[in-house]
Parts: sequence; C-alpha cells; structure tokens
Amino acid sequence: MYRGQSGMWLWILHRLTGVGILGFLFLHIADTYLVGFGADYYNELLFLYKNPPFRVLEWVLVGAVLYHGFNGIRLILMDFWDKAVDHHKTLVQITVVAFFVVWLPAGFFMLKPVFFK
Amino acid sequence: MSTETKTTQHTHPDPVARTTRRWTRSGGRPRPTGNFELFSWYFFRISGILLLFFALIHLLIMHLLNNVDVIDYNFIVQRWASPLWRTFDIMLLVLALTHGLNGARVLIYDYVHSRGWRTFAVTTLYVVGILFIVLGAQVILTFQPQIQSVAK
Repeated sequence: MYRGQSGMWLWILHRLTGVGILGFLFLHIADTYLVGFGADYYNELLFLYKNPPFRVLEWVLVGAVLYHGFNGIRLILMDFWDKAVDHHKTLVQITVVAFFVVWLPAGFFMLKPVFFK
Repeated sequence: MSTETKTTQHTHPDPVARTTRRWTRSGGRPRPTGNFELFSWYFFRISGILLLFFALIHLLIMHLLNNVDVIDYNFIVQRWASPLWRTFDIMLLVLALTHGLNGARVLIYDYVHSRGWRTFAVTTLYVVGILFIVLGAQVILTFQPQIQSVAK
C-alpha cells in the first residue's frame, strides 16, 4: 500500500478514474457491438445515452479521462526526468489547473445543447 | 558536472533516498524488476502516451464536436466507410483495453491477498478482457452497412 505525501490524493484519483474508465469501456464495447445487428437495435439503445442524467455522466467520464491522462503525463515526467522531483509541487499545480481549464469549457459545450435548447 | 550540483535537491547523495522520494511524491509505481513486471511498467507508459492521442481525439470528435444527438447508425456507417477510422478505432480499442486490463491486474495484486481469490480474479479478468477485445475487433472489422437502413 502506498502512503505518500501530496501525491497520495492524485494517486487515489488516478486509480478511481482508471477503474471507472475501464468499466465504461466494457459497456461501450457492448453497445457498439449492437451496430453489427443493424440500425434498429443500435438506434433503440441510444435512448439510454440521450437522457440528461447520462449526458452529465458523459461529461464526468470525459473528466475522468482528462484527469487520468494529464496526471499520467505528470507520472511519466517524474519517472524519466531527473529534476522533476524538485518541481513536484509546480507539476501538481499545472496538472490540476490544466485539467480544469479543459474540463470546464468542455462541460459548457457538451451540456449547453442539453439544458439550453 | 556531477559534484558541483550536489547542493540541489535532485542530486541527493543517497541514490536510494532520492529514488524513494521521487516515487512517494509522484504517486507512480516504482520501476519494478523482473521481466514481466518491468515490461508491464513500460507498457503502461508507452500505451498511455499513445492513448493521449487516440482517446483525446476520440473524445473531441465523438463527444464535443459531435454528440449523441447526432450519432446514430448512419453516423457509424459513414465513419466506418473509411478504413482509416476503422484502424483508428481498432488502435483505440486494443490500447485502451490492454492498458486498462494491465491496471486492473495491478489493482488485483494490490488488494486481493488470498491466493485462491487472486487467481480467480485475474483469470476472470483475462477471460472477460480477451472476450471484449475480440468482440470489439469483430464489429469494427466485419461491419457492413444494411442497405435499407441507410436509405431511411
């Protein structure tokens, strides 16, 4: 079990988002598989993703992927760039800021057609 | 060049302490030894970088520029008319699932301690994982549009 300092919460989030994304991936492969059965089956199923709660979850999913990816870049930097340890705090700040800078506007554009139409 | 910079933090004289500090701060898994675990460690990072490209492009196109109001059967028909997008989707499928299964494997080793349950969990993971890779690849590679549906 890993007991770190400030990296700990990022680490917990990395694992949680990873599991969440993998779970959705299974669902997503299953729904895409229905395309092979024809238009009726596939279009019928899409009602699931079209209702507002799911659209919000879709935005959460995008957030999970963004966080996992940005934090992943930080991990790789820490692994291979010797001086990254000294800039640990700055890297954490950049990761968090970059995440919100992308995720919040993405939410605006993703949810605007759902709630303001 | 090495002796003068000893005052800076990253050249802590004790290499073990330096490495420990790096791992505890990063929250990443320390680089393991042994053939498979080392391969797995590198695979995470390489597939991760590739996924930054494939997954983010996928999100941008399918969730931001388009969305489920637009995406339906005919959308898929047009998208998969191009072998390029089929290749793209195969890459995404294989990279995302192998990256995710590798992660789930690490979690199982971290949290499931009983030997029997661990074997059961890892076996289930591999069986389900391979099944989903095969199903996903099958639909991407063999999909043929139904003519009457396209005309609708």
